[in-house]
Amino acid sequence: MTKDGLRQDDGFFGGADGVYESLIHAHRGLGDEESAALNARLVLILAHEVGDPAVLAAAIALARRSLRPDAEAR
Amino acid sequence: MTPPPRPVPPDPIPALAAGRRPVVVIGAGPVGITCAIDLATRGVPVVVLDEDDTVATGSRAICWAKRTLEIWDRLGIGQPMVDKGVTWSIGRVFRGERELYRFDLLPESGHRRPAFVNLQQYYVEEYLIARARDFPDLIDLRWNHAVTDLAQDGQGARLTVATPDGEQVVEAEWVIAADGARSPTRTRMGLPFPGQRFEERFLIADVRMSADFPTERLFWFAPTFHAGQSALMHRQPDDVFRIDFQLGPDADPELERQPERVMPRIRAIVGEDVPLSLEWCSVYAFRCARLERFVHGRVVFAGDSAHVVSPFGARGGNGGIQDADNLCWKLALVLQGAAPESLIATYDEERGRAADENILNSSRTTTFMTPKTRAERHFRDGVLDLAAEAPFARRLLNAGRLSRPCRLAGLSLQTPDPCPPAAGLGTGDPCADAPVVDAAGGEGWLLDRLGGPFTLLVFADGAAGLDRLAEFAPGLRVVVVMSTAMPGAPTRTADMLHDAQGLAARRYGAGPGTVFLIRPDAHIAARFPSFDAARLADALARAGGRPVAVVEEAA
Repeated sequence: MTKDGLRQDDGFFGGADGVYESLIHAHRGLGDEESAALNARLVLILAHEVGDPAVLAAAIALARRSLRPDAEAR
Repeated sequence: MTPPPRPVPPDPIPALAAGRRPVVVIGAGPVGITCAIDLATRGVPVVVLDEDDTVATGSRAICWAKRTLEIWDRLGIGQPMVDKGVTWSIGRVFRGERELYRFDLLPESGHRRPAFVNLQQYYVEEYLIARARDFPDLIDLRWNHAVTDLAQDGQGARLTVATPDGEQVVEAEWVIAADGARSPTRTRMGLPFPGQRFEERFLIADVRMSADFPTERLFWFAPTFHAGQSALMHRQPDDVFRIDFQLGPDADPELERQPERVMPRIRAIVGEDVPLSLEWCSVYAFRCARLERFVHGRVVFAGDSAHVVSPFGARGGNGGIQDADNLCWKLALVLQGAAPESLIATYDEERGRAADENILNSSRTTTFMTPKTRAERHFRDGVLDLAAEAPFARRLLNAGRLSRPCRLAGLSLQTPDPCPPAAGLGTGDPCADAPVVDAAGGEGWLLDRLGGPFTLLVFADGAAGLDRLAEFAPGLRVVVVMSTAMPGAPTRTADMLHDAQGLAARRYGAGPGTVFLIRPDAHIAARFPSFDAARLADALARAGGRPVAVVEEAA
């Protein structure tokens, strides 16, 4: 854990490629709108699984920073 | 463009003598010749038929993994490959000009061989051919011998061969079809080759130049020098660099392989001033596919004829050499009457698992590199954006999962381990290397003592009880790894080694008394916390494909 609460160890336990593949497969056959909608639902479910508001806030901050890496992250 | 062919030195070719051969290999590529040498080291005579008389055109397979080098060491051909090859273990991944992360495929010392050497396939073939010529009584290499027909019954196969001296017939107890991705044997036998074809096209170029690029695997997403999605660079011997450019699905292969199209792409990387020459280039698409079964009666498929993958991960050539490593000891045992024919079915079982693993890994890499929808692109770009800051994203970032040997745990030749070790190697794992000191004080490598025959690998802290080992199975090689310096020479029948740095014990997760049964291809067939003659006998029978006596548990 870092001070912002996001885990630094391997939360995928060596199975990152399988996790990525399952996310890609989840979108098979969906159009762009449906894919965006699916992602929103996934985020809601996973946010509930995380639960801790501080961790969620740190995740949101990381995601926002990475959206415009050139402007904010350097 | 195609470089001039590299002819192999001619052999005088007497006519094929009459009589049934134990093994005929179709295809004198890296896999076919590795098979021939492996069989010859086991005393099995082999005929190798190749339809032309040149080695590979262009560099083709260039990245040879540690495990492949270790197999070639066992066959006496590892050192020339390493001497000529370019050694590397570091990969770096960039997005544009920014380095996202760097990985080390072998971040520890105490191994004889590096993670990889890069060596053009034509050199690999030339060295293998030279080694094969060390076995003139056992290996009959025949160039310009094209198989035109193959028929088999339950006892063997009958091959019709077009030769420079007309048509000949050769009979074989077993045929190894190592005739490549477009395998004529596979076609002749009408075997389907199901899989997934990828639309993406790639330009591959070998450029000879004096440049100071590091001896590392360099991978770029969104490279600044190329409008496509990715590029990959590898250094080869002779100042040759391999550069892969991802071109997209709509690229025109004929157009893109023209030197006047290729050269500006290369100049964009290296600049205008570096003198260079284009050695070879090709535009390719690829597929991931495999035969449903690798063994069809007395015909066994090995290498690209059995399975093909994308090139990202170097799993094609290395997978094929591991096929040879897995198959040849089994064939030798069956031919010598020391194992039932059913042992060959375990080649299909074990290498089928490996092929699935290789296909899975290379397909996943391809998926990452070639997002096909907006959603896929968002995921991919999200990973790249996060990777610089967040370590978890670097685990998702997939620019190639490089070839590693397959683990064989749970398959039928391995003896299940009721108490698998918490750390170190387990049943089915490929043997790890470690520095050792022999009884005469000479420094060497553990892997030099493993592979070849079945071997008992015993960890000990003293000579007590070692006498029993030699009595267990005459003919079984015994290697004893001592945690302490040599207590004299307690036995003539065991190879005594000192684990001076403790690395062997650590890597094998072994304590005093731990015993491993090592297969002829240097995989662990069984592991026991202490020596138990009855259980070892069972494990040895199982590993050789023979019936296992039922062990009655003591009440």
